[in-house]
Amino acid sequence: MFTRRQALLGAAAATVLAGALPKLASAAPVTEAEIAALPREKVVLVKPPFVHAHEQVATSGPKVVEFTMPIEEKKVVIDDEGTEFQAMTFNGSMPGPMMVVHEGDYVELTLINPYTNTMPHNIDFHAATGALGGGALTLINPGEQVKLRFKATRTGTFVYHCAPEGAMIPWHVVSGMSGTIMVLPRDGLKNEKGEALRYDKIFYIGENDFYVPRDEEGNYKTYESHGESYADTVQVMRGLIPTHVVFNGAKGSLTGDNAMKSKVGETVLIVHSQANRDTRPHLIGGHGDYVWEEGKFANPPAKDLETWFIRGGSAGAALYTFLQPGIYAYVNHNLIEAVELGATAHFMVEGEWRDDLMKQVAAPGPITTN
Amino acid sequence: MHINMLEAAVGAVASLAVPLAAVGLAHLPPRAPLLPMAETVGIAATVIDYPLPGEFLVEGRPATAPSAKVEIPAFRIMKRQVGLADYDLCVAEGACRPADARPSPRDVPVIGVSWLDAQAFAKWYSRGTGARWRLPTALEAAVAAGERFGGETFTAQADDPANPAVRWLRRYREEAAAKRPPDPEPKPFGHYGPNSMGIEDFGGNVWEWTSTCYERVTLAGDRKTAVSSTENCGVHVLEGRHRAYMSNFVRDGKSGGCAVGTPPENLGFRLVRDDADFPSVAWLDARLRGLFRQPSSQF
Repeated sequence: MFTRRQALLGAAAATVLAGALPKLASAAPVTEAEIAALPREKVVLVKPPFVHAHEQVATSGPKVVEFTMPIEEKKVVIDDEGTEFQAMTFNGSMPGPMMVVHEGDYVELTLINPYTNTMPHNIDFHAATGALGGGALTLINPGEQVKLRFKATRTGTFVYHCAPEGAMIPWHVVSGMSGTIMVLPRDGLKNEKGEALRYDKIFYIGENDFYVPRDEEGNYKTYESHGESYADTVQVMRGLIPTHVVFNGAKGSLTGDNAMKSKVGETVLIVHSQANRDTRPHLIGGHGDYVWEEGKFANPPAKDLETWFIRGGSAGAALYTFLQPGIYAYVNHNLIEAVELGATAHFMVEGEWRDDLMKQVAAPGPITTN
Repeated sequence: MHINMLEAAVGAVASLAVPLAAVGLAHLPPRAPLLPMAETVGIAATVIDYPLPGEFLVEGRPATAPSAKVEIPAFRIMKRQVGLADYDLCVAEGACRPADARPSPRDVPVIGVSWLDAQAFAKWYSRGTGARWRLPTALEAAVAAGERFGGETFTAQADDPANPAVRWLRRYREEAAAKRPPDPEPKPFGHYGPNSMGIEDFGGNVWEWTSTCYERVTLAGDRKTAVSSTENCGVHVLEGRHRAYMSNFVRDGKSGGCAVGTPPENLGFRLVRDDADFPSVAWLDARLRGLFRQPSSQF
């Protein structure tokens, strides 16, 4: 036998499950007991530019999604000259891995700072509300771990980064400590008319600006530890001109054997994240069919863009269906940064060529005079 | 016969020298010693089946470079690439621009030099040694490289006439597969060893400039006969692990942006000595030139 109150609660629960009332859910505090009753899902993160398997349209109600990220300080090579760089990473990669949840889900992150590290670290989620994005609740020393939970109340692609304190903040970020979380609407992406948009593949590109000191002869300096590199690096940082602007942690890391692969007719979602500095992605020979420049899905996407602007400290998303096969360069269209500093990736796209879209009507030859 | 010719040459020089002394050049300060002559390897006249450099089109579509049997007269080429130390001497005399090479405690091949830099060095080195030095043609470079000749590693052939992307994708994959871990640091001479002709380091991490211009050729249906061609001497051929084409002023081969090919790791060069068959004449020639050796003198 149901009371009227029980019936109402039941109806409300059903509505929340269907995802129709996420704003109401974020407005009214949910009790710890209610959260404890939610289903839990453990997600294993994968290395960029790939993203862990996820639903585009949620088939169930909100849940608690568990992630674990160890922090790894390590020396990496960031260009084809073999320049060694003292990196700080979330989960061992630059950028840190991408997490995907749905609006109304709870993100529960276990952040681990192993004994092998030398510095305290934390995490500031731009998607989270309060406590400096979680930074004030997650500062851990080597040998410690911490668990943070926040509710994903806004949809979009959001940067996360390390923000320990003061001068450490920019240094940790330009040493590689940033990543992205994508909060999808429960019913998936939509165009400006509210019609569903889907992607066949998702690629996640994190752009890093590095500031590597040089010696008197102009060669990049190598340091034995992060601490030894700090003072010189800050001097270069204060000039605001990076020595490297790269995708996925190193020049050329998304080219050759590691070029991103697609085919004609396939729709890709390209998420581009830059935690520190403005950038302007451009797909040479292609477009952005639907682009959330600011990355926030509550806003209608811009259409048919040639180049899109990603503000430093944000992540954006571009949806594109490949129409023509070939090699596409995906660049930061400050071409000096693309070519000289390293911000170039490649797509290899298989499929049938369409002469109606493009054809070389006459091959190169001597100039005809008549 | 040769000896007679030599005597005739000496006589001619001697007869020239007298009037020069008479007009007062004899009191010039003692000239600086000539530069030591780089060690060379003689290559006998030969015929090779050679994939021509350049870009080839048949019916408006990229075609594989045709091969031709070409006869090459004997020549002498430097055993080693031009070294940073020698190049820096040219820089010190103001005849060459400083290379983009990193300073090195060891004597390593000079890198970070353009075709224009190589030309300037050849001119200075000819003046300093009294021999005629020049860049090899792409053909000579191929012969000297012997079994290490890379040439057109990747065919330009349009695989599918209806779909240009098939070729682009194939070539991209081939280049990615051929790519080795980057190792651009200059290596000491001999690091990559000699080829079967005793020429050192060909096909290492230094690509070598040649005197051959880039050319685009439209071939007839037989894929051999040229119908038309456009030569662009603002771009020259480099030989190395694979063939490359670079603008004359470029000093490094880095790629990026929409250029998706595998770039050469470093740009350098070695020279051919033209008067190899007549060492005595060359020596005389050197003496004669040495007489006028001034920073500004031209030949």
